Amino acid sequence: MSGIGIVKAQRAHFATPLTLRSGAVVPAFDLAYETYGSLNAAKSNAILVCHALSGNHHVAGHYADDVHNEGWWDNIVGPGRPLDTERFFVVGVNNLGGFHGSTGPVSPNPATGKPWGADFPLVTVDDWVKAQARLADLLGIDSWAAVIGGSLGGMQALQWAINLPQRVRHSLVIAAAPKLTAQNIAFNDVARQAIITDPDFHGGHYYEHAVRPLRGLRLARMLGHITYLSDDQMAEKFGRVLKTGAFSFGYDVEFEIESYLRYQGDKFAGVFDANTYLLMTKALDYFDPAHHFNGDLAAALVPATAKFLIVSFTTDWRFAPARSREIVNALLKNKQKVSYAEITCNFGHDSFLMDDPQYHALVRAYLERVTL
Amino acid sequence: MNTLARPDFQVIASWVQPGERVLDLGCGDGALLRLLIETRGALGYGIEIDDANVLAAVKNGMNVIQSDLEAGLSGFEDASFDHVVLSQTLQAMRHTEAIVFEMLRVGREAVVSFPNFGYWKHRMDILQGHMPVSERLPYQWYDTPNIHLCTIADFDDFCARRNIVVKERRVFDEGRLITEEHNFLGSLAVYRITRG
Repeated sequence: MSGIGIVKAQRAHFATPLTLRSGAVVPAFDLAYETYGSLNAAKSNAILVCHALSGNHHVAGHYADDVHNEGWWDNIVGPGRPLDTERFFVVGVNNLGGFHGSTGPVSPNPATGKPWGADFPLVTVDDWVKAQARLADLLGIDSWAAVIGGSLGGMQALQWAINLPQRVRHSLVIAAAPKLTAQNIAFNDVARQAIITDPDFHGGHYYEHAVRPLRGLRLARMLGHITYLSDDQMAEKFGRVLKTGAFSFGYDVEFEIESYLRYQGDKFAGVFDANTYLLMTKALDYFDPAHHFNGDLAAALVPATAKFLIVSFTTDWRFAPARSREIVNALLKNKQKVSYAEITCNFGHDSFLMDDPQYHALVRAYLERVTL
Repeated sequence: MNTLARPDFQVIASWVQPGERVLDLGCGDGALLRLLIETRGALGYGIEIDDANVLAAVKNGMNVIQSDLEAGLSGFEDASFDHVVLSQTLQAMRHTEAIVFEMLRVGREAVVSFPNFGYWKHRMDILQGHMPVSERLPYQWYDTPNIHLCTIADFDDFCARRNIVVKERRVFDEGRLITEEHNFLGSLAVYRITRG
């Protein structure tokens, strides 16, 4: 049951060209967004929620004509919830390169009139911060009370604090990492290869062929999904349980885990765009605020003036607690204000989406201390 | 937490100069940190392992890092704090010696407080054939978290053997400062130590 009730997606158009980190220029762009609660007179109570790999601007509530389409982080946003919409004005945005209403590969390329497809420029977390700042300008928000996100969303919260320090008072970085490891990138590349080698991919211009690389996208999601869950949780939920109770000595679905993963893969491939998936995984791979500082994360964080809450989850092996501690240690080195919690939770990387009592109590307690 | 029940808090506060950096190990709900920040203008961080305490410290508006002290202070740079405080926790640590060295690595000086096992009431209990139970040692032998109890004389020996300098020592009983016969009359000892 959603807390906030019926919500409406909005779309903002930005006519000024945006120069991306790659050097490419997006001549104009749209961002889809939603807002919950009311902006106070001082415009000091706004929280930006940044989404992860497969998220979008629909963070909370449901649509009047689609009551079952509940926002992806509804359990934490709403009246009386940790991101309390009776106190805060919460903004969800679909990132540039998405396909839920923001400009991305499915949008028409003004140069050709056809969908951008694979020609849509690769975007980085820096670029997203720039684009999101345009939305903040439009909404009249000079400084966010907080920027919050999990996983790739947490990376945006961190980047905001570095790139636009005067515009972020608190940065909540959840289940994130300061950069991907070779293993993380390897998983992403297998996912990309699954999509790119799908015969229906057509070099990223599949829209013109009226097909979609569903097999590749399905495989990419199945692989990704394995990395979002913990070994313990999988063992507990599925174990070695067989669908029919006995081996069938064939390649059809036998184990429950196979059934689950295939279902998740199919469901995702049915609703997500492959080019956006590719682009989001590259944004993850490129993320590394310390890149221009010889790998010194503390040096990269020096400009940040925000206070930080860093949260990790014990069973998250995609971005393990040690990765969050790298961020914490860099902030400590700089004597920056930071709190860190390591939440005991069984749901692996996906824990950040769960309503674990300690986790939600912590976010609630932290945000209650935020002065408006 | 009632700070009046913690006479060591006032002593520690008097040792912290305005603007100094303090790391409080096992900070609980952050009451000491809050005192140091509010009355001494300190820049403070706490380390705490317990979920409920981490939550309470965040509610108190403190910077708290959830971490296991037994694993040391890796991640904290050498000499990055003016004071590293371990308040009434030393006796419950498994790696007692290691944490003292870690405190002296990370801090310019360390503040350690602990219940004095040599306190006369504790000696009386033992003479009568029982493990001591007192205001400062409120546990029974079977449920105590305290595994490394020591006397003031023992801690002095430890410091001397490990080339640790005792800069100051304050000893209390029932909230009152004890001025003589520390190891006999004091139930709580507070040390200010540095590397020799």
